[in-house]
Parts: sequence; C-alpha cells; structure tokens
Amino acid sequence: MSKVSVVLYVIGVLFNLLGAFGLLRLPDIYNRLQAATKCVTLGTCMILFGVFIDYGISSLGTKALICLMFILFTSPTSAHAISRGSHTFGIKLWKGSVVDKLAEDDSEK
Amino acid sequence: MITFLTAVLVLSCVFCLFRVMAGPTPPDRTVAIDVLGIIIVSFCAFISIQTGIDFFMNIAISWSLLSFLGSMALAKYLEGRGFDE
Repeated sequence: MSKVSVVLYVIGVLFNLLGAFGLLRLPDIYNRLQAATKCVTLGTCMILFGVFIDYGISSLGTKALICLMFILFTSPTSAHAISRGSHTFGIKLWKGSVVDKLAEDDSEK
Repeated sequence: MITFLTAVLVLSCVFCLFRVMAGPTPPDRTVAIDVLGIIIVSFCAFISIQTGIDFFMNIAISWSLLSFLGSMALAKYLEGRGFDE
C-alpha cells in the first residue's frame, strides 16, 4: 500500500462522512441533494482511484477504474432526475432559498 | 488502518439509514437510498483490498448499476410518469 493511495483513501472516506453528515443535517431536500450526492461521488471515486494506484493494470485495478468511470457518469444523472422529480412532486423550497428558475419557467409557459 | 476507515464508512451508512427512517417526504428517502448505494460501492472496494479477492469488485460494479437503475425508477415514480415514457 503506497503513501499516495493511503492519502486518497483517507480523503475519500472523509468526503463520504461529510456528505452523509450533510444528508443528516441540512434543512431541505434540494440542499441535502447538493451536499450528499456531490461529496459522496467524489469520495468514492477517490477511493476507487486509490485502489487503481495500488494494484495497477491487474484484474482488481482495472475493475476499479471501470467502476470509477461508471459512477462518475451515472451519479450526477440520477441526482438531477431526483431533484426534477421532487420539484414535480410538489416539495416546497426551504424558506431561506432565494431563487427557483424551474417554477419561473413553468409559470411563463 | 483499513479497518478504521471501514468503521468510519459504517458511521456514514448509519447517518444515511437514519435519513431513510426519519425523512419526512418520499424524495428524502430516495436521496438517502441513492447515497447509501454509492457508499456501499466504496465499502466493497475496501473489502476487496482487505481480502485481496477481486470478486468483490464485480459486486461493486453491479451494485452501482442496480443503484442507478433504482434511483432512475424512483425519480420517474416521483415525477408521476410511467416507466416507458
């Protein structure tokens, strides 16, 4: 286990923990989505990149790289879909939020 | 070292499960399940390092695929559409 990969593991786990803590602590569905999905995606990608650095072009490292690419593509997509779905579902914004472009677009039509 | 990091990941899984249990609306639970799926992928990566068996990485890949499909299906359900639109 090299020093670079240990640093990547520690930073990734810290990002995961802070993302989950944001999921627990923030007031609104949109704020929670913002904190949780981005932090957790970056943390998991760091951990998988650390595995790739440790094991190189082997069976394990290549699978880690494939998994990294897949998570990097799919996680923001599902986050956007969930946020649009919850807006359509009728969840109100938190009272401290200042702008809602999607509602403005819908009212213009 | 890896054991301690895995314990921290278990703590973040507990946070997500608390949000699944206590979330006031259905989208809260959906987001928590999505995040839980991604955390479990890194969990599988740590198990794979600890044991040296690369089969757990296959589990991680298929788990991320199924988590993505489940999140998209729940988002479609929240939007009030059918699955074929």
